[in-house]
Amino acid sequence: MPDVLPPAMPGITTDMMLAIRDLEAWYGESHVLHGVSLDIRPGEVVTLLGRNGAGKTSTLRAIMGLVGRRSGSIVFEGRETIRMSPDQIGRAGIGYCPEERGIFASLDVTENLMLPPKVRSGGLDIPTIHALFPNLKERARSQGTKLSGGEQQMLAIARILRTGAPLLLLDEPTEGLAPVIVQQIGRMIREIKQRGFTVLLVEQNFRFAQTVADRHYVMEHGRVVDSVTNQEMAGSLERLHAYLGV
Amino acid sequence: MLEELLFQLEMSAPQIVLGLVNGAFYALLSLGLAVIFGMLNVINFAHGAQFMMGAFVAWMLLNWLGIPYWGALILSPLIVGAFGVVIERLMISRLYKLDHLYGLLLTFGLALIIEGLFRNQFGSSGLPYSPPTSLTGAPIDLGFMMLPKYRVWVVVAALVVCLATWLVIEKTRLGAYLRAATENAPLVQAFGVNVPRMVTLTYAGGVALAALAGVLAAPIYSVNPGMGSSFIITVFAVVVIGGMGSILGSVLTGFALGLVEGLTKVVYPEASATVIFVIMAIVLLARPAGLFGRA
Ligand SMILES: Nc1ncnc2c1ncn2[C@@H]1O[C@H](COP(=O)(O)OP(=O)(O)O)[C@@H](O)[C@H]1O
Ligand SMILES: [Mg+2]
Repeated sequence: MPDVLPPAMPGITTDMMLAIRDLEAWYGESHVLHGVSLDIRPGEVVTLLGRNGAGKTSTLRAIMGLVGRRSGSIVFEGRETIRMSPDQIGRAGIGYCPEERGIFASLDVTENLMLPPKVRSGGLDIPTIHALFPNLKERARSQGTKLSGGEQQMLAIARILRTGAPLLLLDEPTEGLAPVIVQQIGRMIREIKQRGFTVLLVEQNFRFAQTVADRHYVMEHGRVVDSVTNQEMAGSLERLHAYLGV
Repeated sequence: MLEELLFQLEMSAPQIVLGLVNGAFYALLSLGLAVIFGMLNVINFAHGAQFMMGAFVAWMLLNWLGIPYWGALILSPLIVGAFGVVIERLMISRLYKLDHLYGLLLTFGLALIIEGLFRNQFGSSGLPYSPPTSLTGAPIDLGFMMLPKYRVWVVVAALVVCLATWLVIEKTRLGAYLRAATENAPLVQAFGVNVPRMVTLTYAGGVALAALAGVLAAPIYSVNPGMGSSFIITVFAVVVIGGMGSILGSVLTGFALGLVEGLTKVVYPEASATVIFVIMAIVLLARPAGLFGRA
């Protein structure tokens, strides 16, 4: 199906891995994104910060085509994806790790890991994944949902590292996890950045975001309202805390 | 004493074989229903009509084109499966966002229309279809009973097809996609799998299983427009007992209930037509999700 992709659009800056302009999205009648714009360069780790209900998850879902309706422009590696179906977007090279993790109960750990089809060369092979996440090797035959929360999160990330998708969307991977697991996920994100992956990371935890990201966007009421580089972050904490209400 | 027992066995053997043959059809038909329900969340009421179409297509292939039984065994499921593709694309796919009930009503309506069209074209009396010569002739003599070759073939073929379907679903990559999409179709699609196409092909696969059962049935029952609806009521009871959506459960329940029905004919013939429904009522009271269903 996605073998023939539309050609790069003329006049669009193609040095961006992802360029979103005026993205609006609806779930049925409910209008949840009101003109989101953001850019991600190849190799960057960029976070989306914001309080609950700000529209972070909806932004990731809209990128994947998993909202009821969307409009605006989402250009991935120079190709407009706004009219593509979710499977075409996945095949184009965007890997999605949802907030609820989406581990399948009727599949064992290995089946969960191998489920997403390869979309490009350059994905991590199984020995590398097992080196990054030793627990997944030990529990290869367990039912996916029998894993601990942390292990399920590792599995949800590992399975999109395998596919070769160069852009990964991670929705709150540290949510509800013990500090040691959060640190492990932080190391893993820095490691995959080293390997050239690009990451759009949804986070509520500022301090964690600071340890892994190059830049941060802040969302409020379905819009991007601010952005800072990681260097500027320390000096802008007061302003950012105001958005997050902490 | 032993002689008495052997005599009993000899007398009831034909009913047991008949029970197993019926069980083979229950298993094949409820397997197709379970596969379709698991993926589409649609109770395919047209299943009996599609079973009947399988038998009729085999009859047409033989009488109009001279294609024999073995060819029909492959071609008829393909042809009726293709018809399933059209039905799913044009009609059923429009109902996924609505309540289950709409899919049920649509397929029920389709079943009535299909049956009516066949009745109009071929009449109600039934057309003969002979088994292939390689499966006719002297029955297999087991000493205490005679096994008609064709009936043995039906039971073996049904077992093999059920096992193969189960293996595909549980052990292959395609099966992993199917199981995963049954749980969370949007996520599987976001991984790059063309889920709408997979749904269409799953429906076609379930329909093809019904048609295959129809071809197997053609030499046993006369090929007639009502042959599906007489089967399908019992098959729905089987599916309710086994638990909707459980693949292995529907296969085991199908064979087991065919046997129970056959044995009832020996022990208490008056109850043989109702025993499955009595079991269904008891199971529904004790385990509403069915014997193998997940509550
Ligand atoms: N499936 C849905 N249907 C209707 N509204 C939704 C749905 N999911 C989220 N919303 C609404 O969209 C808004 C943004 O939610 P979300 O994107 O989940 O925020 P965040 O991830 O930043 O916490 C919220 O007001 C939420 O109630
Ligand atoms: Mg969220």
